[in-house]
Amino acid sequence: MAKELWKGNEAIAEAAIRAGCDCYFGYPITPQSEVPEYMSAHMPKHGRIFVQAESELAAINMVYGAAGCGMRAMTSSSSPGISLKQEGISYLIGSEIPAVIVNCMRGGPGLGTIQPGQSDYYQATRGGGNGDYRTVVLSPANIQEAVDYVQEAFDIADQYRNPVMVVMDGMIGQMMEPIEWREIPKRNLPSKDSWATTGRKGRAEHNTLNSLYIEPELCDVHNQNLSRKFAEMEKNEVRWEEIRCDDAEIVITAYGTPARIALTAIEVLRSEGIKVGLFRPITLWPFPEKALHELAGKDHVKAILDVEMSSTGQMIDDIRLGVEGQKPISFLGRAGGVIPTVEEMVEAVKNTLKEVQ
Amino acid sequence: MAIVYEKSKGLTDVEMHYCPGCHHGIIHKLVAESLVELGLLDEAIGVCPVGCSVFAFKYFSCDMQEAAHGRAPAVATGIKRTHPNQAVFTYQGDGDLASIGAGEIVHAAMRGEKFTTIFINNAIYGMTGGQMAPTTLIGQKASTCPTGRTVEQAGMPIRVSEMLATLDGCVYAERVCVTDMANLNKAKRAIKKAFEKQMRNEGFTFVEVLSTCPTNWGMTPLKANEWLKNEMAAYYPLGVIKDISAEVK
Repeated sequence: MAKELWKGNEAIAEAAIRAGCDCYFGYPITPQSEVPEYMSAHMPKHGRIFVQAESELAAINMVYGAAGCGMRAMTSSSSPGISLKQEGISYLIGSEIPAVIVNCMRGGPGLGTIQPGQSDYYQATRGGGNGDYRTVVLSPANIQEAVDYVQEAFDIADQYRNPVMVVMDGMIGQMMEPIEWREIPKRNLPSKDSWATTGRKGRAEHNTLNSLYIEPELCDVHNQNLSRKFAEMEKNEVRWEEIRCDDAEIVITAYGTPARIALTAIEVLRSEGIKVGLFRPITLWPFPEKALHELAGKDHVKAILDVEMSSTGQMIDDIRLGVEGQKPISFLGRAGGVIPTVEEMVEAVKNTLKEVQ
Repeated sequence: MAIVYEKSKGLTDVEMHYCPGCHHGIIHKLVAESLVELGLLDEAIGVCPVGCSVFAFKYFSCDMQEAAHGRAPAVATGIKRTHPNQAVFTYQGDGDLASIGAGEIVHAAMRGEKFTTIFINNAIYGMTGGQMAPTTLIGQKASTCPTGRTVEQAGMPIRVSEMLATLDGCVYAERVCVTDMANLNKAKRAIKKAFEKQMRNEGFTFVEVLSTCPTNWGMTPLKANEWLKNEMAAYYPLGVIKDISAEVK
């Protein structure tokens, strides 16, 4: 199929429509406002529902209501707005309601900046809401992946009756790239009849959606059941990419935009005879811990350099858990909307190499 | 033998947890009967709140969703927009609706969402043990205003029906109570009317039911009924606050 030039945010909105998204509930926030704008113009043309909510809180709860009736529902926002959705995400998981949530990340904390950031990694992978829970977190590094993952996210959500997050830095939402609308493999999905609150319509029992289990034993059983589901996701959904790692002495770990920049840094370094590779987690949760462990254990790997658009480093905790002390880990982090450059990465790789030589 | 009275098919057989003298059970019954009498039970989707009626999803026999605290109007918006021909309602208390969910109810009414909200106002947080609500009367004692609510500390109580009636999207708001048969019958008529208007797509419909909380008010059920009629109804006047179609006629 011919390639088309799309802006990231508009592309993910169109991807959702193509994935059969029945309804979208959103609220304006930079740098993701093109998503609700696109949805407001295009959802009605397809006979679908668009509502501009009064807040991110309301938007995620509209998702709860509609998705609770078995509809494919989506919301999107950017970091401060995603913070407001955390309550709703926790309730979606507690009530086992599938939905798709896109975070077009900007820098924080607080209002931070409207420029790209990656400082919501903890929030996405550890759960910013209350309770024991997990969501599959997909992190595209280009617009093609963004549209592919958004489409797939609806199936993953329906498969596990659990929300799925697509987390991308604002750069991917704002830039334009050629993409193609390719066929996304469809999963065999369970019926929603046994739980969706569609109105009884002759059904013998009423369907109820609820996250409240007041009896401790029952709440424990509920949590154990959820945990088994999370374990299934962990087993089935982990994804990552390794580029030029076969002989790499330094492995850069990065996701999203920094992972793309790393590709150029690797070319520059390789042309100087420095053996560098990239380990790119695609699912931030489940994290490709075993694959990273295995790679870090290889004799040719001397050190890991973690690069993030975060000043403290957040993914670096998962890198440490994966590497498990086998090799030293250094860190390059830029925040506040500053994107790490090729030159900075090249320098950081050389410094890392010096430290281990 | 002729059956002269039976439990509404709109209610399940689950035993209710409400305190003696609490009006929730009566109001549940009125909502359930209204759905059955209007032939809406089989398609209705309800949303219950956080508060004393948090377990209402077990008591109504229609499909139900349990919402986060205050968010029922947003949840109901998601349901009604995707199911425009089905009866949708929220059942919310005053802490849930008038405090933490004030934003959600105002905007649902502003948009003229075509669902019905049954608002139970008992002037206190019941479930958490009797704390002050935005609806607590001046001078009324609660566990977070032990010497009584003052204007200086907490402002004047909010009259939600009157506030929502200022919004064009709200086509019907009525305040009722169920302290005696005459008022109970009025309350039932109001609830049915709200659902009828909803099904005619007229707009957002709202029924406020003044309700007792003998446990947290520290009164007997009978005394609580009296206090509701004498004190609450004095500040929250009973009757139709707004009825667009009646105005048109």
